[in-house]
Amino acid sequence: MNLEAVKSIYFFEMARTRRTLLQSVVSPVISTSLYFIVFGAAVGSRIQEIDGVSYGAFITPGLIMLTLLTQCIGNGSFGIYFPKFTGTVYEILSSPVSMTEIVLGYVGAAATKGMMIGIIILGTASLFVDLSIAHPFVMLLFFVLTAVTFSLFGFIIGIWAKDFEQLNLIPMLVIPPLVFLGGSFYSVNMLPPFWQAVSHFNPVLYLISGFRWSFFEIADVNPVISFAIIVGFLAVLMGLLTWIFKTGYRLRN
Amino acid sequence: MAPIVSVSNLVKTYASGFQALKDVSLDIEEGEILALLGPNGAGKTTLISIICGIVNPTSGTVLVGGHNVVKDFRVTRAMIGLVPQELTTDQFETVWNTVSFSRGLHGKKPDPAHIEKVLKDLSLFDKKDNMLRELSGGMKRRVLIAKALSHEPRVLFLDEPTAGVDVNLRKDMWKVVEKLRETGVTIILTTHYIEEAEEIADRVGVINGGKILLIEQKKDLMKKLGRKELRIELQEPVSAIPETLASYDLTVEDSGHSLIYDYDSSGERTGITTLLTALAEAGIRLKDISTRQSSLEDIFVELVGAKA
Repeated sequence: MNLEAVKSIYFFEMARTRRTLLQSVVSPVISTSLYFIVFGAAVGSRIQEIDGVSYGAFITPGLIMLTLLTQCIGNGSFGIYFPKFTGTVYEILSSPVSMTEIVLGYVGAAATKGMMIGIIILGTASLFVDLSIAHPFVMLLFFVLTAVTFSLFGFIIGIWAKDFEQLNLIPMLVIPPLVFLGGSFYSVNMLPPFWQAVSHFNPVLYLISGFRWSFFEIADVNPVISFAIIVGFLAVLMGLLTWIFKTGYRLRN
Repeated sequence: MAPIVSVSNLVKTYASGFQALKDVSLDIEEGEILALLGPNGAGKTTLISIICGIVNPTSGTVLVGGHNVVKDFRVTRAMIGLVPQELTTDQFETVWNTVSFSRGLHGKKPDPAHIEKVLKDLSLFDKKDNMLRELSGGMKRRVLIAKALSHEPRVLFLDEPTAGVDVNLRKDMWKVVEKLRETGVTIILTTHYIEEAEEIADRVGVINGGKILLIEQKKDLMKKLGRKELRIELQEPVSAIPETLASYDLTVEDSGHSLIYDYDSSGERTGITTLLTALAEAGIRLKDISTRQSSLEDIFVELVGAKA
């Protein structure tokens, strides 16, 4: 294991985060605060509690997930896409590093950054609403697993993307609808039966539901199923990544 | 001594079906400077990319220091430094950080003293805290060299190091290469400046259409360069070379209007005086004479032209 290389990639990526601190950290905090003001204070004041949890608190796990997913995919994809775009990827490819080490460096940094912002959002949320975490370890498990899985997802998007449009396609067009329709701002039980059934095809529903369970012990689906869905997605991504490494897809061809 | 880089029967066919390398074999000795000459699209960059591990070969093997570049990539890539053709840099990084990053990537522990030495050798040390986007093209090229040297490689690949570089910087670059050679680093450079190959290489290879057309010691090529051609234009065309001139191995051109005499200008006797006397004695009247030195460029153009 070339640990020096993993460290180098990781810290190089984290340095990028430091340079773009304003954009990386301040903007998600502002947008989350806006969600709290609009949904928590303005809309939420007219909504009663959901399953015994105040509306502002209810939406917090969903908001954290929204940020975590977009940040991790964004960081993960940009981290590997940018060197491909500028051409500096030649150096990574001609270094004595295995693909596993490249992934550890890039995905590790993307997940770290995503989690840092997630924690900041959690902190911001606690300024607006009363939060209690019923199962901190489970919460942490969902948090870390989601961060790693979606950073990996982003990494694969970054390898696949041929231009900036493709790079932004999934984070901008696919993730927000899935998160918004995955019960970030409501319980799917509030939907008509048909849409409830449809919602169960949305993988993000399981993430948000499981994560919310770790806070308030309320869930749209069994948290064990939520856990299985994330682990399943992670396994699919690992399989895809193994294929990418073996074939040199879009990197060494 | 075993060659430091040994390429055997290397073939690369890209997904598009384009065959960039057709059965290339090549040995590179430790400590030498090898210049690979070839026009654009000849396969130079593909060859380098495969040796460095950026591109997967279709078939054939490459050994660096006796290790296979695919199977033992950790060993081989740690031995190699690569300076790419394009000026690809992280625009927003500082010189110091980007060079240190390269060292780490190659598995070497941080060594600020070494980075400092490399930067000083390349006259980059006073720019160490500058962002790369603030540097000129020539300076960026030096940064790429510094990155390639950051992990103390034994083999250095310079892909078109002086493309688009002004004359002064090119000469500076040659000095850098010369200095590196003194430290025992093996250097492989690609270029389409023949002058560059003549100036700094020990051995010259010509590659075109994915094949190595020639690979020779520069000394031997210089001998060929030493050949000169004397062109004698005649007042009246000759149908055949007179018997008395047979020993000069002349060729007739321009339907008998010109005689061509090849000679070695570095030799003690060029034979020009006796040839001219013999011509006069044979009653052949001269219109004009001119001499021309065949250059590496001629050899190159001839090879590339003939086999393209």
